[in-house]
Amino acid sequence: MAIEETKTLVLTKRKERSPAQAAFRQLLKNKFAVGGGILIILIISVALFADNSLIALITKQEIKPLIAPYHFAKTSFVDNNAPPGGKFLFGADYLGRDLLSRTIYGARVSLSMALVASMVSIVVGIAYGLISGYFGGLIDNVMMRIVDYLYCFPFIIFVILMQVVFKAFSRRGQATGLMGILIKANSQMGGMLFLFIAIGLINWIDMARIARGQVLSYKEKEFVEAARAVGSSDIRIIFRHILPNIIGPCIIRETLTIPAYIFYEAFLSFIGLGVNPPTPSWGIMISEGVQGLRSYPFQTFVPGIALTITTLAFNFLGDGLRDAFDPRLRGE
Amino acid sequence: MTKYIIRRILLFIPVLIGVIFTVFLLVRIIPGGPFDFVGDKSLPPQVVANLEEKYHINDPIWKQFIDYLWDLISKGDLGPSFKYRGRTVNEIIKETLPISFQLGLLSMILAIIIGIPTGIIAALKQNSVFDYSSTFIAVVFRSIPNMALGPLLIWLIALKLGWLPVARWGALPPFFLGFIPKINADFFKHAMLPTFALGTAYSAGISRLTRGSLLQVIREDYIRTARAKGLSERMVIVGHALKNGLIPVITYIGPIFAAVLTGTFIVEHIFGIPGMGKHFIKSIGNRDYAVIQGVTLVYSITLVVANLLVDITYAWLDPRIRYA
Repeated sequence: MAIEETKTLVLTKRKERSPAQAAFRQLLKNKFAVGGGILIILIISVALFADNSLIALITKQEIKPLIAPYHFAKTSFVDNNAPPGGKFLFGADYLGRDLLSRTIYGARVSLSMALVASMVSIVVGIAYGLISGYFGGLIDNVMMRIVDYLYCFPFIIFVILMQVVFKAFSRRGQATGLMGILIKANSQMGGMLFLFIAIGLINWIDMARIARGQVLSYKEKEFVEAARAVGSSDIRIIFRHILPNIIGPCIIRETLTIPAYIFYEAFLSFIGLGVNPPTPSWGIMISEGVQGLRSYPFQTFVPGIALTITTLAFNFLGDGLRDAFDPRLRGE
Repeated sequence: MTKYIIRRILLFIPVLIGVIFTVFLLVRIIPGGPFDFVGDKSLPPQVVANLEEKYHINDPIWKQFIDYLWDLISKGDLGPSFKYRGRTVNEIIKETLPISFQLGLLSMILAIIIGIPTGIIAALKQNSVFDYSSTFIAVVFRSIPNMALGPLLIWLIALKLGWLPVARWGALPPFFLGFIPKINADFFKHAMLPTFALGTAYSAGISRLTRGSLLQVIREDYIRTARAKGLSERMVIVGHALKNGLIPVITYIGPIFAAVLTGTFIVEHIFGIPGMGKHFIKSIGNRDYAVIQGVTLVYSITLVVANLLVDITYAWLDPRIRYA
């Protein structure tokens, strides 16, 4: 009885903190990271509730704009190039479409790109790295030579070419089989599907290398050895002992790459290889706005500022996460 | 070292052929020939057949590839443009590449001369006001995409203040040795804004990297030894710390090179610079597959060669790499 009491006393007195909790506290102390995180949540909610499509999933009502004042493709020819203020808070573009609404809807494209690209990178990259690193030997050798080979390929050039091919196929629009299904899905998603495929095909390479390195360092640790000694299967060791340890650092690395994905999407849309008009993307809006920079600078600045703020928020959060969870990476 | 270089070059050849083949194949599987339409009118089948005969498009793909590769290797010939009659891809590249090269090089120089000194100062005065503010500025710089910074610079400095010209490039061919323009005030006036639009983001990256790597090096034993034997602080930093501290910066130049190339697409388009990037965007719009193929090939080769050079330099500076 007495022993029990002292035990609980000791336990309550000594606040034990796991490394993750300590890191999280560290993160909350970083004002920029917290600000970035709040901003990202804000941007995500604005993007989600730009129209009521999420609510309409349940209530089956007609889809109409919610936060955005207008639909992104609603043109008004009497208001083309309308200045900010009045009917349009941030002005209108050359077709009289509300810039604020288009910017809000454009957040969807940017954020989906960030989400899908990083998911692909994490899932494929970690799976590839796990298999390669865990089984080692010939498998590792072959898998890593493939990665080395792909690594020499200029990433963005490859994406550009893939998009040229995809765009040419969907312009024809009469393919059959799998390609036909893809083209249909792609046009329903406003051209985003092919963008995801083109980037997802090759963006996991970095992650595969990082994951493999992590696996190699954990593979020889005592607890893995112990698990093997008591007869755990490979699958169990991978999923119960190695994966939980490597997934954190991998996700933090991936957060640092998100701004790059947002840039890629804007870049591809800017050069006409991204989403299909009239789907708004910040890249398309900037490339349209630049044509009239002399007379209507706001048409470029509104999407430009949105793009900058979003990447800034992700950079602050990513840097904060890295500093808190993996200080060794600082300065890279 | 020689062995390392030979090994790298041996790996480099299959990559290069792979790049050429991928680019070639991707362009060939695009449905519809380049001659299906002229303007909006479709050509009679007879004419299309003749044109395809002329450009060897109806040969089997493997034969086309071997012909293409042979022309490329023996004559450096990238074939004719499909849209600009009577112009070859080579001519187009020869005219536009030097301009892109000048822009890219200037931005890299800008990034280095801003990035390295600020990084060094931030590291030497760690946790000072300068360190914190440069960290903050670096994140902001890194976050402004060149497609937002370019228009901002044009609007503010060229249109509102009227200090610098809005667009175009100050020097046009012929260039000395093919790449070096006649350098005069006009050239710099035109080059200033695009260079800033392209270079600022990378200056931030270089600055961060320099700071981080220098901070690590300063804690090494041999720096303490250098201090202990009574060297001046300047000698310790310049002679000992920087020598190793700047090595990681070199590895960063490779990825930057790639980013600068794609950056030139946007910056050239925004500033109306007649470089290869602007032409490339135009050829995507025109569906001029021969030009797309040629230009992507030039970009890819440049990137692959640049990466090779970076790796070799790195191995030369840091012997640990060679034996890994």
